[in-house]
Amino acid sequence: MGRLSDAFLAPKGDVLGDWGTWLIVRTTVPILLATSILQMASGGVLEAFEDALLTEPALLVLVPVMIGTAGNLGSILCSRLATQLHLGGFAVSVRDPTLRSNGLAVIGLSLVIFSLLGVGSWGIGTLLGGSLGLVTLMVISLLSGVLLALWVIVLGVLTVAVSYRLGYNPDDTTIPIVTNVCDVTGVFILFGAILLFV
Amino acid sequence: MFHSGVVVEEASAWSIFRQALPILMVSLVAGLVAGTVLGSEAMREGIEAVPGLLLLLPAFLATRGGVYGAMGARLASGLHQGVIKPVFEWSERMTNAIVASFVNGMVVSLFIGALTWFVLVAVGREGGLVQLVLIMAVAGFLSALLMLSVLIVVMFWGYRRGFDPDNLIGPTVTTLGDVFGIVFLLVAVYVVGWVV
Repeated sequence: MGRLSDAFLAPKGDVLGDWGTWLIVRTTVPILLATSILQMASGGVLEAFEDALLTEPALLVLVPVMIGTAGNLGSILCSRLATQLHLGGFAVSVRDPTLRSNGLAVIGLSLVIFSLLGVGSWGIGTLLGGSLGLVTLMVISLLSGVLLALWVIVLGVLTVAVSYRLGYNPDDTTIPIVTNVCDVTGVFILFGAILLFV
Repeated sequence: MFHSGVVVEEASAWSIFRQALPILMVSLVAGLVAGTVLGSEAMREGIEAVPGLLLLLPAFLATRGGVYGAMGARLASGLHQGVIKPVFEWSERMTNAIVASFVNGMVVSLFIGALTWFVLVAVGREGGLVQLVLIMAVAGFLSALLMLSVLIVVMFWGYRRGFDPDNLIGPTVTTLGDVFGIVFLLVAVYVVGWVV
């Protein structure tokens, strides 16, 4: 992809560059509205599992952490890649050192976080009167977590690259897209795993 | 091109892992707290009393990330490029970014309230348009006040302490977004319950 930073420098003589209020709103609001519509799919899944969620507290505990961690990993990755664009660019290749180190870090982080999530949701669920076992919750948490991490990497790299190609500042576009798509995918993966193992 | 702060291109997987892990752990604990609030008696009563609350929950939580995550990424790039200084003084860039984030947050919150009502009606269920929009207005407004103030303080403080601001955004936004998103949603359900 080459070095991309020039594309993001403000035009000469434009003091504020892309820091205008209306420009930021105009760039971000359409994405937010579109992703709100997308999120209704997650909400629909939650509605469909309402009875299970209200009776099995561990599953309710898994939901915000699963969604939140997907957002965390996605936003760390995208923000780093976007800043890398501002500073000089990266190549879309498995041999690119920036992509390789960021990807490995995301996978490592997901293994640690989702192992702890399995234990945490089991503990809290048990305290709140739930009946799901530790092994079941570990399998659900780790399986959905690792699938999610791989998906975050693929999606993060693609959206930063596509956003650049289309001429948008990736800071305004990639994080909303990646976190929202990962939220929805995460909920589907999570409830897929719940259907399989509960 | 010269820039201040952390040299991102030199970061190894291990250094990214080590720098991100502690704050991800904080965010994990916060997420578990958020999940526990979500499962509380008061929240479950709210879910049963307000048709569509579970339907709008992911959209509402996610837009905290979309609005304030984008704000954070903009600040991080600004800090790296040196066009934003990590000090609390008036700046047109900062003012523009703050106003834009507030507008983004309110617009999308009101939209989610209306959209949730629309989806409920479309699938043949009952729902209160005014109730849902007011709940989103209250929860969105409280979120905006909290998220904007804490995000700016955390990023300026972190940058001055030598942290890569990029690593602070996601955890800060999702931690606060999840815990306070769910708490403010609960507050909004009760506030709107008194008014309507």
